[in-house]
Amino acid sequence: MSHHKLEFKNVHFTYPDGNKAINDVSFCIRHGESVGIIGSNGAGKSTLLMLMMGIIFASHGEILVGDTHVTKKTLPMIRQRLGMVFQNPDDQLFMTTVYDDVAFGPRNYMMDEEDVAKKVNYALEVVGIPHLKDRAPFRLSGGEKRSVSIATVLSMQPDILIMDEPTSSLDPKSRRKVIDLLKSFEHTKIITSHDLDMVYEVCNRVIVLKDGRVMADGAAEEILVNGELLEECGLEIPLSLKSCPKCGSTIKRVKECHIENL
Amino acid sequence: MPDIMNSLYNIRLLDSLARKETPVHRMHPLVKVLVTLIFLIFVVSFDRYEVIRLMPFFLYPVIIFMLSDIPAIPFLKRIMLAMPFVIGIGILNPLFDKHILLINGVAISRGWVSFFSILIKSVLTIAAGILLIATTGMDKLAAALRMLKIPKILVLQLLLTYRYISILMEEVARTIRAYLLRAPMQKGIHRSAWGSLAGQLLIRTYDRGQRVYHAMCLRGFSGEYNTGDNARLNIKDYVYLLCWALFFVVAKIYNIPLIIESILAGVIR
Ligand SMILES: Nc1ncnc2c1ncn2[C@@H]1O[C@H](COP(=O)(O)OP(=O)(O)OP(=O)(O)O)[C@@H](O)[C@H]1O
Ligand SMILES: [Mg+2]
Repeated sequence: MSHHKLEFKNVHFTYPDGNKAINDVSFCIRHGESVGIIGSNGAGKSTLLMLMMGIIFASHGEILVGDTHVTKKTLPMIRQRLGMVFQNPDDQLFMTTVYDDVAFGPRNYMMDEEDVAKKVNYALEVVGIPHLKDRAPFRLSGGEKRSVSIATVLSMQPDILIMDEPTSSLDPKSRRKVIDLLKSFEHTKIITSHDLDMVYEVCNRVIVLKDGRVMADGAAEEILVNGELLEECGLEIPLSLKSCPKCGSTIKRVKECHIENL
Repeated sequence: MPDIMNSLYNIRLLDSLARKETPVHRMHPLVKVLVTLIFLIFVVSFDRYEVIRLMPFFLYPVIIFMLSDIPAIPFLKRIMLAMPFVIGIGILNPLFDKHILLINGVAISRGWVSFFSILIKSVLTIAAGILLIATTGMDKLAAALRMLKIPKILVLQLLLTYRYISILMEEVARTIRAYLLRAPMQKGIHRSAWGSLAGQLLIRTYDRGQRVYHAMCLRGFSGEYNTGDNARLNIKDYVYLLCWALFFVVAKIYNIPLIIESILAGVIR
């Protein structure tokens, strides 16, 4: 389905203070792909996502969602198709109950209350938090908040799911839950993160950013083992792919051979 | 520091109270807004020297309070919060207005009477306002105001301000915590840091508010706040409205305390 593609063509973006955050970025993401966007702090990942969502607009170049340009006019249509989960769930949750928060999106699209209820319950079910329905979002734990903010986006049934650092500040168990959740989605996914192990698990394609430029774009298995490239961009080979100092095999196999030496 | 956390909790307390399920909570928000409005208009309409005739109006907050299962202490505390201002406004009356009024044969300075009148009116109106929010919730309140055809922009302003207060306070709490952790020997904040702290806060809350607003826009927010339940008014709502309106009118036209007094006097005699 070509109308699910997302394309950047020579996009530039400069912040009002003269900071050139995005510099000639081009890529095309097709239906069903899950793409990890990685890069060190300040590489321009969040800026890139904001450009996609039309929160800010490119100074040069064009951004296409399907065959539609991202402009002020097309925003309502585009935002219905892209769902973005913010880096900080507190920015995303502002209603007084979890239910109302998840229903906020669907209600804005003027559905009747029955349809809204269906969508909300579906989203809560998928994320596995129907029991939190009547709780107040600001009294939840970090992991629960993250789940709720994912549900607020799912309830709008977007074609493309966009997430800024979905696993940051989560404990291992909540992190695992979010990863499994992400893996179970059929959506086109775009995920930014420093958690390269997560990226390796969830994404099949990786785009590396450095100082607002695309440094590499390719299959996750290739890029995430390229130590030189990652080093140059201020990153590190993910732990699960690191080769063992002793025998050169990756951790997965190390576990079986000589874990006691680690 | 604990103070600000407490106030944050307190602001949200009204939100959580609004989620209770009592007969008052179940009334249609529109009706509650209307009753509150009528109540306010009637209370304010009394002359500044009338104290006794305001008494029947206490029935309204007292009944709603009892029916709506609202904890007494936070409720009273909120009313007390406004008292310093009210007293500040009214306290000069006894000084300037020294005429003597005769009430039931007792001589009282007119200034004191008007002071008490202000005090009572304030308590009544503040209590009614708090009860309205605590039994309705800000979201539904806004929806009700929209049904009354109050312009969208005003209602939104009210709502977002309300949301923004908690954002602001969260930032304040965080900033002050960070400050105090690095200045453990100090009580409060040294005045040399006030300027930069205030500036920081402004910028940070502005950024935060902006991000929240973006998050709303991304989910299709276009200025209309939909709370979902646009339930129709049913019989019990109309009855509720009518009963209270009737009571307020009667209390305005007839001097109920006087009538009760004369009845009691008749019985005693
Ligand atoms: N509002 C702003 N005004 C000016 N410059 C900004 C603004 N926001 C970000 N920048 C700058 O733009 C560049 C890219 O920032 P961005 O937030 O996109 O980085 P990031 O890759 O998301 O980093 P992180 O991993 O830390 O979240 C940085 O150099 C940053 O300083
Ligand atoms: Mg970022």
